[in-house]
Amino acid sequence: MFSIVRCLTLGLRFLTLTAFFSSANLHAKGFEDSMAERTRPCTACHGDQGRAGPDGYYPRLAGKPAGYLYNQLKNFAQGRRHYGLMTRLVDPLSDAYLREIAAYFSELKLPYPAATQSATRIPPAVLQRGQQLALYGDAARRVPACTQCHGDRLTGVQPQVPGLLGLPLDYLNAQLGAWQTHQRQALAPDCMAQVVERLNSSDLVAVASWLSTQSLPQDTSPSTTFAARGVVPLPVCGSAPELKAMP
Amino acid sequence: MKAQRIGLWLAGIGLLICAALVVDNFFDGVDVSTLATSPATTTPSAEIIDKGRYLIQAGNCIACHTARGGAIMSGGRAIETPFGTVFSSNLTPDPATGIGLWNAQHFWRAMHHGRSRDGRLLVPAFPYNHTTLITRDDSDAMFAWLIHQPAVVQARPPHTLQWPLGTQAALAVWRSLYFKPGLFKPDATRDAEWNRGAYLVQGLGHCAACHSPRNALGASGAVNDLSGGLIPGVNWTAPSLMDNAQTGLADAPLQDIQTLLQTGKSGHHHTSGPMAEVVQYSTQYLQPADLQAMAVYLKSQARLTQGKPGPTTSMAQRPVLPDVQTRGAALYDKHCAECHGEQGLGIAGAYPALAGHRAVLQTDTTNLVQNVLYGGYPPATAGNPRPFGMPPYILTLDDKDIAAVLTHLRTQWGNRAPEVTPLEVNRIRASQGG
Repeated sequence: MFSIVRCLTLGLRFLTLTAFFSSANLHAKGFEDSMAERTRPCTACHGDQGRAGPDGYYPRLAGKPAGYLYNQLKNFAQGRRHYGLMTRLVDPLSDAYLREIAAYFSELKLPYPAATQSATRIPPAVLQRGQQLALYGDAARRVPACTQCHGDRLTGVQPQVPGLLGLPLDYLNAQLGAWQTHQRQALAPDCMAQVVERLNSSDLVAVASWLSTQSLPQDTSPSTTFAARGVVPLPVCGSAPELKAMP
Repeated sequence: MKAQRIGLWLAGIGLLICAALVVDNFFDGVDVSTLATSPATTTPSAEIIDKGRYLIQAGNCIACHTARGGAIMSGGRAIETPFGTVFSSNLTPDPATGIGLWNAQHFWRAMHHGRSRDGRLLVPAFPYNHTTLITRDDSDAMFAWLIHQPAVVQARPPHTLQWPLGTQAALAVWRSLYFKPGLFKPDATRDAEWNRGAYLVQGLGHCAACHSPRNALGASGAVNDLSGGLIPGVNWTAPSLMDNAQTGLADAPLQDIQTLLQTGKSGHHHTSGPMAEVVQYSTQYLQPADLQAMAVYLKSQARLTQGKPGPTTSMAQRPVLPDVQTRGAALYDKHCAECHGEQGLGIAGAYPALAGHRAVLQTDTTNLVQNVLYGGYPPATAGNPRPFGMPPYILTLDDKDIAAVLTHLRTQWGNRAPEVTPLEVNRIRASQGG
């Protein structure tokens, strides 16, 4: 009698254990040792494959230049950008791993959605002012065109300069505003801060508005060379020293 | 007439106490008028300098003496205390704002007596109750490394301690109560390895600075008191290293303890919060022999008898409401099961098992809540260079959700720990400004 009970108990235990292991194996099957798996903490907010979060505050990561992404991770770690959740995530990570994470997202080629902002909801004068500043700058105030650094298609320039298209208006406004109030900084000398300093708030809103209404060109990848130099000399950029080497 | 006599007596007693405080604090027996005479400190060898670097790492000096984005050891990091903010000193050899004018005697006096170059009493956020234990040779080597680093001009912002807590008089009183200079005394009944571990843990490692409870005047326990406590300011709980139910140190193989300190991860356990920082800046760089010595010492301090049998009984007292159970189970399936498994078994090498995991079952849920609210990666170390991580849930789950899901994983798969309340979650969320 005793041995039957014992046998049954053992059998049950065996069954439970098998159930445990098979379910563990099921999960192990879905699990892949990959960068996608390792960057789950990123994609939880920035969307699957870093395609951007749904609410406009978590920008796209996919396809951005690796140097730019790495610089941003370091900016959070070193206190030049401020967002507690980002800072806590990057703090324990090594430079080598941050570079690997940046490279991983930069290599993801995902199609861009159409421009998020409809042009019809923005006054034409604002859009025109924004377009003027973005494509031609303002020589009188020594403001370079966006295209001078961010590529003639505004899709960024490898390896350090980000594209400006496909970003939500809220995000663009928040970033330019943060530069104006020194909440967002880049490696010194902070060239973007110098450009923003020469613009007023309505200029910034105009540029952000125009950029957010533009759909991406056929080729969405960052350029490999800078556009021809404009009439306004560029400030020196700590985050993109290669700009200095331009003719 | 009588009142006058009592007054005189009181004044006399007051004077005596003052005199005692002065004697206690200001005659420390270190002559700093001459330069250090030992040739090892005036022209230290490369070996001594390198030993100094190692000891600076063993003391995790870099973590406090480096501000976010600042030059290494140039100070200025704000350390929040219940009494105000203290800023760390610039330990680079800049003459005006750093330790450029110090000699090895001055440095020894800081480490051993907690006093600055000019004799000023230092605030005890600098854990000199621990550094007082280190040997003169170690102090000199640390100084040799520091003085050979690049000088950085960076003045320390003034502390913002509530008056009169930062004053020399208040510090003198505090020191008379809680600080006594003294070297590490080896325990003759223990072997050299145990004593080396004790020296590192009690001295430079200053483990008790977090792993012992602090009293109302901010004093931590004795240097060998590792009974754990809430770390003020940051809201993480340092577990008691003496209570085996909290750490499992008594049962853990030495190698596992060593691996955790070296890589930040051991099996299904990994460091997070302030301990992750310790691994990142300090213990990952320590020699295996020293880590093993620390493990030997720590293991000897863990007691099996202090295990708290509480959880099972309190479970019986307070059954979890059915709607909390349902909510917790649903949230677990949606947010957690993919990595931690339907049966809480985790994925070896990537995600910890929650079934039977000690950190899940702790009575104090502070760290558990921190991990769910803010997610995070274990430290990237040579032994775990590309860690897997956990997303933050502070934006997706509210206090009730997090309480329910934590209650779920504390009551499943054989886990028996008390319910987590939304209030416990809110305490952490509110204190972090998130």
